[in-house]
Amino acid sequence: MLLIRCPYCEEERPELEFRNAGEAHIARSPNIAGESDDDFEKFFFIRSNPKGIIYERWRHMHGCARFFNAVRDTVSDRFLMTYKAGEPKPVKLPGATK
Amino acid sequence: MSATFRIAGAGRLKQAKIAGFSFDDRPYTGIEGDTLASALLANGVHLVGRSFKYHRPRGFLSAGAEEPNALVEIKRDAARKTPNVRATVQELYDGLTAQSQNRWPSLAFDVGAVSSIASPMLSAGFYYKTFMWPKTAWKNLYEPKIRAAAGLGVAPDQPDPDHYSARFAHCDVLVLGGGAAGIAAALAAAETGARVILADEQAEFGGSLHFESGARIDGQDGFAWAQSAVAKLKSMDNVRVLPRTTAFGYYAQNFVGLVERVSDHLQNPGRDLPRERLWQVRAKRVVLATGAIERHMVFADNDRPGIMLASAARTYLNHYGVAVGRNVGVYTANDSAYAAAIDLKKAGINVAAIVDLRDNPTGPVIDEARALGIEVNFGRAVIRAGGKLRVSSMTVQPKNGGGERTIPVDAILMSAGWTPSVHLFSQSRGKVAFNDETKRFVPGIYAQDCVSVGACNGTDGLSATIDEAYAAGAKAAKDAGSRPAKGTKPKVDAGESWSRGMLGAAPGAGSDTTVKAFVDFQNDVTAKDIRQAVHEGMRSIEHVKRFTTNGMATDQGKTSNMHGLAIAAETLGKPIPQVGLTTFRAPYTPVTFGSIVGHARGPLFDPTRKTAIHPWAERQGAVFEDVGQWKRAWYFPKPGEDIHAAVDRECVTVRKTAGLFDASTLGKIEVVGPDAAKFMELLYTNPWEKLEPGRCRYGIMLREDGFIYDDGVVGRLAPDRFHVTTTTGGAPRVMNHMEDYLQTEFPHLNVWLTSITEQWAVIAVQGPKSRDIIAPLVEGIDMSDEALPHMSVREGRICGVPTRLFRMSFSGERGFEVNVPADYGEAVSEALWAEGQKHGACAYGTESMHVLRAEKGYIIVGQDTDGTVTPNDAGLDWAVGKKKTDFVGIRGMARPDLVAKGRKQLVGLKTRDPKVVLEEGAQIVADPKQAIPMKMIGHVTSSYWSQNCGRSIALGLVAGGRDRTGETLYVPMPNGVIEVEVTGVVFFDEKGERLNG
Ligand SMILES: [Zn+2]
Repeated sequence: MLLIRCPYCEEERPELEFRNAGEAHIARSPNIAGESDDDFEKFFFIRSNPKGIIYERWRHMHGCARFFNAVRDTVSDRFLMTYKAGEPKPVKLPGATK
Repeated sequence: MSATFRIAGAGRLKQAKIAGFSFDDRPYTGIEGDTLASALLANGVHLVGRSFKYHRPRGFLSAGAEEPNALVEIKRDAARKTPNVRATVQELYDGLTAQSQNRWPSLAFDVGAVSSIASPMLSAGFYYKTFMWPKTAWKNLYEPKIRAAAGLGVAPDQPDPDHYSARFAHCDVLVLGGGAAGIAAALAAAETGARVILADEQAEFGGSLHFESGARIDGQDGFAWAQSAVAKLKSMDNVRVLPRTTAFGYYAQNFVGLVERVSDHLQNPGRDLPRERLWQVRAKRVVLATGAIERHMVFADNDRPGIMLASAARTYLNHYGVAVGRNVGVYTANDSAYAAAIDLKKAGINVAAIVDLRDNPTGPVIDEARALGIEVNFGRAVIRAGGKLRVSSMTVQPKNGGGERTIPVDAILMSAGWTPSVHLFSQSRGKVAFNDETKRFVPGIYAQDCVSVGACNGTDGLSATIDEAYAAGAKAAKDAGSRPAKGTKPKVDAGESWSRGMLGAAPGAGSDTTVKAFVDFQNDVTAKDIRQAVHEGMRSIEHVKRFTTNGMATDQGKTSNMHGLAIAAETLGKPIPQVGLTTFRAPYTPVTFGSIVGHARGPLFDPTRKTAIHPWAERQGAVFEDVGQWKRAWYFPKPGEDIHAAVDRECVTVRKTAGLFDASTLGKIEVVGPDAAKFMELLYTNPWEKLEPGRCRYGIMLREDGFIYDDGVVGRLAPDRFHVTTTTGGAPRVMNHMEDYLQTEFPHLNVWLTSITEQWAVIAVQGPKSRDIIAPLVEGIDMSDEALPHMSVREGRICGVPTRLFRMSFSGERGFEVNVPADYGEAVSEALWAEGQKHGACAYGTESMHVLRAEKGYIIVGQDTDGTVTPNDAGLDWAVGKKKTDFVGIRGMARPDLVAKGRKQLVGLKTRDPKVVLEEGAQIVADPKQAIPMKMIGHVTSSYWSQNCGRSIALGLVAGGRDRTGETLYVPMPNGVIEVEVTGVVFFDEKGERLNG
C-alpha cells in the first residue's frame, strides 16, 4: 500500500484514503460547445498512458475530500511529488530517474 | 509407544510435561515444546506423507518453515481441519490430532504410487502435453481423476468457526528474523529509544542458535543468550516482540504484512483468542535478518524417509533431544554437516560414514570428526539410497567413477551448502547479485529503506554477523530519527562459520542417468526434468520453472530454486547469473484466507444500511430486498399473498386511495451558495436560473460524453439553495462528480455541496387521498393546489418537527414526499400511517413503485438506460435547455453518432397477448423468420404485469423506435416468439390528469 502526500492535509496518508481520478492537466474548454470533433476527441478520449512519469489526479476521498495532482513513476510506482489542483504542471521533478 | 529416540540429557525440553497426540489414529506421546515433527521422530516415525505427483513415501527434510514434504492435516473438530500444515512448524499440544495426506488407502500402502511406475507419462511439462486433447477428457478424466490423484490436502468443507484479528502498526525499525542477527540489530535500535518491532516465525527466538552448539555469546550458550536478550527487549516500552510471526509480504514504502499465529499451538485456545492476527506494519526502516536455508544434495532416491538436512538433524538433537536415527550416514559438500555428525556422535549415535564430495578439504571440524573416530571419505558421492518407506543404505562411489560400496544406514544427513533467504529483499524490489566465489545470490541494489544483515546478506560467522547486525540496527534507528545511544554490543566468545558448498546435481545424478534425483520435493521435480525442459527449448529460468513446476509449490522453492537454476544453467552451458533467478513473490509461506479476511466476513463483509423508517416497514410485514448496501422494503404481503398478489393490491390501492412508501434511500445533496444556480446550470441539462424558489424540476445529469448519468427531482428552497435528489445507487458517484467539477473545472463558483442523504428520512405519500392524509399533521404550509401545485416544495412542520414537503409524483398520482430529520422518520411514518389507514391507504414497496412508474413511462436510470443513452434516446429532449451554451455533456451529446438516425430509442411495448409478460433483457427482432444469428434491434428494459391496466406493460430500447410506433416486432424466446406492438411509453392516464386528481 502506497503512502500518498495530500498537499492540502500536508501529510502522507495510506493509499486506502485516496482514489485515483485519471490523468491531470486536461483542461475543459470554456467554449466546449464550440469545439471541433478532433479537439473534443483529444480532450475526452485520448490519454497518454506513459511508461514512466505520469501526471495524474487523485482525490483524498476519506480525508479532506480534495482533488489534487500527483507526479508518479508508473514503473516504480513511486510518487515524485503532489501539488494542489490548479497549480501549474511542475517541470523540475525531485528524484526523477528519467 | 514410548519415545525411544529421545536422548537423555540432550535438548532443551523439560521431560516433565508430557503431551499425548495421534498421527493417523495411532497414539503417541511427546513433550511440550516439541513440534509435531520432533515428537514423531522421537517415536521413530519418519514416514509422514506421500509426494504430490508420484505418491512416493516421504519423511521430514527440515526442521523449519522450508519443509516441502511433511505436510499433514491438523484436526481440532469437524469444522477445524487445517490441511497442508508443516509438521516441522506445528507446535505440539496435548490432544493434537494429525492425519497424513495424499494417500489411499494408507500411508504405507498407497495405490496412487502406481503413478511412479507410469511416471514417464508424468515427466516435465506433463500438464501441458498430456492434457491437450480430447476436449471431453478434461471434463471426464483430467479434472476429477488427476486432480484427485495429484494433490495435497483436502480443503475444509465447513465454515471456519475461528476468528481472525488485524492490527496496523507503525515503527521506526522493523526487524524481520529473530536469530542472532535480528536480536543484535533490535538491541542496537532499541537502545536508542527507537520504536522497534522484532518478529520471528518460530515459537522461540534464536534462529540457528537452536542447533549451533558451538555458539557462546556474552559468556552464555548462544540459545540462552538469545532468550535473555529477547527478555530484555520485551521489558522495554519501545519494543514489541512478536514470536510465531511470519513476515509474508514486503510491499511498497516499507509496508510489511505479517501473520502472527496466536492460538494454533494451544490445546484449548478459547473463543476470546483469535486464531491468527494480521499485522500491517509501516516501518521507517526495515532490517532483514532472515538467515539462510540449507540445501539438500541432489542424488538418486534422495527423498527416502530418513534423509534430511544436516542442520535439521542437529536441531532435533540439540533443541528437542531427539536422534533421527541410530546409525546415520552423512553426505556433504561443505563443512556444516560435520558439525551435525560430531554432535550426534557425542550424543552416542553411530555415524557410519561421512561422504564428502570435496577432494581434500581441511579444517577444525574435519579434524574433530576424525578424532572422534568417524570415517571420513573425500572425493566420493552417494549415488543411491536404499530402502523405500525408510532409507536403509547409501551406496558410495568415487565421484569420477569406480567401485561401489553400500553402507547400511537408517538416516542420511546432507548439506550442499546454504542459500541466503533473500525472499523479502527480492519482494521489496531489491536486485540480487550473484557471488561467483560463494555460489550464492545476495542482496545487491536496494529499492527501499531496508538493510540485510547476517546469513541472508551472505555474511559468514557469528562474530561478523553480530558486528554487522548491531551496526545496522543502530544506523537504522539513527536514520529513522533517533538519537544515537551508547549501548553494549553483544560479545561473541565462540561461533561457527562456514560457507561454500555446491549447486546442482551431484555426480551419480549426472546428465546421462534417468534416476529420480529430486530437486523440488514438494512438486516432484527431478534433475532430469529440468534438463528435459532445457532440451525441449526452455531458455529462461521463468520458463523452466513453469514447465517443470520447480519452485511453484507451497514451499516456493526454498530448498530447490538454486539447484534447479544451476542444473538449467549447466545444461544451457551458461553462467548462473545469465540464466537468472526466478522472482520471489509474496507470500513467503502460505497465509490463511482467514487472516487476510479478518473480521470482514458475514454481516461485517459489507455494511448494511437501513433507513430510519425501516422498523415501521418491518412492523408492516415488509419483505426486504438488497439495493446496493441498502435494505429496501420490496413488498408488503398480507396473509396468503405472494409477491404478485401483494403488488397487484398495492398498485391498485395507490391509484384508488393512497400508499405510503419509504423513499429515504434516494440520494440527497444540498447545493448552496451565491453561485448555486450557475453550478446547477453547468451540472444539469435543464435551465435553473429562472426556477422560482419553492418550485421543483426534474433534472438530468450527463457525463461529458453526453450520456445520461443520473436524474432526480430538484427543489429550489431559496435563491441560493437547492435540494437535489439522486438515484439510490447514484448518490456517492453523483456527489463525486459534482465535487470534481466544482473543485477542478469550476473552482471560481462559490458553492458548497453537502450530502444529506442520511440526514433526511423521506416518506412518499402517493394517491388521490394523499393530501387528506398529510394535511391534518402539517403546520405552516398551505396545501391547496394553488399554493402548493405539482412540482413545488415548502418548508414547514409536520407532527411538530421540521419538514421539507415536496409535492411531486413518481406514480402519476397526486403525490407528496415528506422529508423529516432522520431521527423523526419512524415517528412521522407512524403518524402518517395512522392517518393513511383512516383512508384505506396501503404500505407499498419498491416492486409496486417500479410498476407504478412504468405505467407512467417514467424511466429508471440504470435500468432503462445503460450508459449509452442520450436524453433524446430516452425521449427526454424536453429536459435539455435549448438556449444553454454550456453544461456537462453538451458537446458530447452533439457527437455525430449521438445525433445520427436509427439510434435506439425508448418505446413502450405491448404484447399481442396481454397476459404475456416479457422478460427484462429479452432481445427484439424485426423478422422472427430470419436465419440465426438474428439481427437484434433492441431489448426489453422494464416489464411488469399491470393490474391497473389489466395487461402486461413493457419499456424497451429499439433502433429507430419512435418511428416504429404501431409496428409489430418480435421477441424470440426459448418457448416461442412473442409478438409485441411498439407504443408510446405512457400506459396509464396519458394526459396526466391524475397528478391533480
Ligand atoms: Zn487531504
